[in-house]
Amino acid sequence: MKIRIVAFGIAKDIIKGKELTMDLDNGNSISAVREQLSSIYPEFSKLSSLRFAVNADYVEDSYELKSGDELVLIPPVSGG
Amino acid sequence: MLSKEELIRYNRQIILPDFGIDGQQKLKAASVLVIGAGGLGAPNLLYLAAAGVGHIGIMDFDEVSLSNLHRQVLFNEQSVGKNKAQVAKDKLTELNPNVRLQIYEEPITAQNAMEIIGAYDLVVDGSDNLPTRYLVNDACYFLEKPLVYGAIFRFEGQVSVFNYADENGLRGPNYRDLFPSPPPPDMVPSCSEGGVLGVLPGIIGAMQANEVIKIITGIGTTLSGKLFLYDAQDVSTRTLNIQANPDNPLSGVNPTLTELIDYEAFCSNLVEAIQNEITVQELQELKKADSIHLLDVREDYEYDIANIGGQLIPLNQVVDRVLEIPNDRPVVVMCKSGGRSQNAIDLLKKEGFDNLINLKGGILAWQKEIDHNMDTY
Repeated sequence: MKIRIVAFGIAKDIIKGKELTMDLDNGNSISAVREQLSSIYPEFSKLSSLRFAVNADYVEDSYELKSGDELVLIPPVSGG
Repeated sequence: MLSKEELIRYNRQIILPDFGIDGQQKLKAASVLVIGAGGLGAPNLLYLAAAGVGHIGIMDFDEVSLSNLHRQVLFNEQSVGKNKAQVAKDKLTELNPNVRLQIYEEPITAQNAMEIIGAYDLVVDGSDNLPTRYLVNDACYFLEKPLVYGAIFRFEGQVSVFNYADENGLRGPNYRDLFPSPPPPDMVPSCSEGGVLGVLPGIIGAMQANEVIKIITGIGTTLSGKLFLYDAQDVSTRTLNIQANPDNPLSGVNPTLTELIDYEAFCSNLVEAIQNEITVQELQELKKADSIHLLDVREDYEYDIANIGGQLIPLNQVVDRVLEIPNDRPVVVMCKSGGRSQNAIDLLKKEGFDNLINLKGGILAWQKEIDHNMDTY
């Protein structure tokens, strides 16, 4: 299953762009996506506390993604 | 009561539908603390003072520098080298002498936060670092004050309202629902490290001021329970719904945080400690902050004699039970004195874990340094 990933903040630096389409290899849960992202982009493992939003809602790690879902990555931002 | 001068000054917002004299009087009666008089602080302070908020606290220990001027529009060349809160007070007095201004030329700390924040109705977070953001969030939660959050990075901004009580008294989510624990500092660049577009804090800070005015006057709806994201590069916006996190150490099902902690340690030491070891004192802080998972690899009978609430998986079972060990947050591994836990870490690293920290001295050090009443063996 393919999903679209949209990155904000430092996550844009890690995936080297704002958007990414990813084929899910190891299951459709958020934790599976987290693992897959960390294996492709090792820097993601440093963002272990990163929460994921699907479409317009923050979701838990157990959430199962559906085809066509848009996954949004929002790391903390500290500037003021 | 509003004076004739005030009625004229605020006329254009008093005549707004739903605003009226009543809205203006609510602003005059309100007190707002603005933490950080920098990029976000400037538009907040200018618009809140201009709108007639009766009492504004300005908190900033820092001095104006030349590299601030492209975005911190409260200041000019003559301000360079002077305290930001003091310069802001002088400017705002010229803008609107009806506003009572109080300045704090000091950083906000776990020692002064409760007293200072406690004196205001509402807080604006315009700070520039994560330890302060967690500190302000936690203090506002304990004091039941609404917190208007804004943060910027390069071309992007975030705005939300935390800890806001609705008409039924139910409090909305807070910063820890959004970001439960801080990532390593190199993953959160500041404006001085990552750069920032000068106009961005103007946009995001003005949006914060708008939330403040709505909260005080009761007009419209707020960003409570929502995170607003703005990207100046492609003018894209997004509003995400934030859920209360049941594991939130402040407001979750089993709260573990009941007082302010050491936020510098919370945001930095943990990271340096990863792949290394920590002391029992550091563990005590991390346990309070609920930012780690604790794994105890001793035998059942040892655990029965003395334990500090860790997950029990004896050393000879850890490899078979790896699925029970979290890999998405730091895990502190402990035993009696620190040897078996290091063996467990070596075994688990081969299984792909990179989030393990050894507890130096084990339960014996805890008994000696932290809890003398604990049984030892």
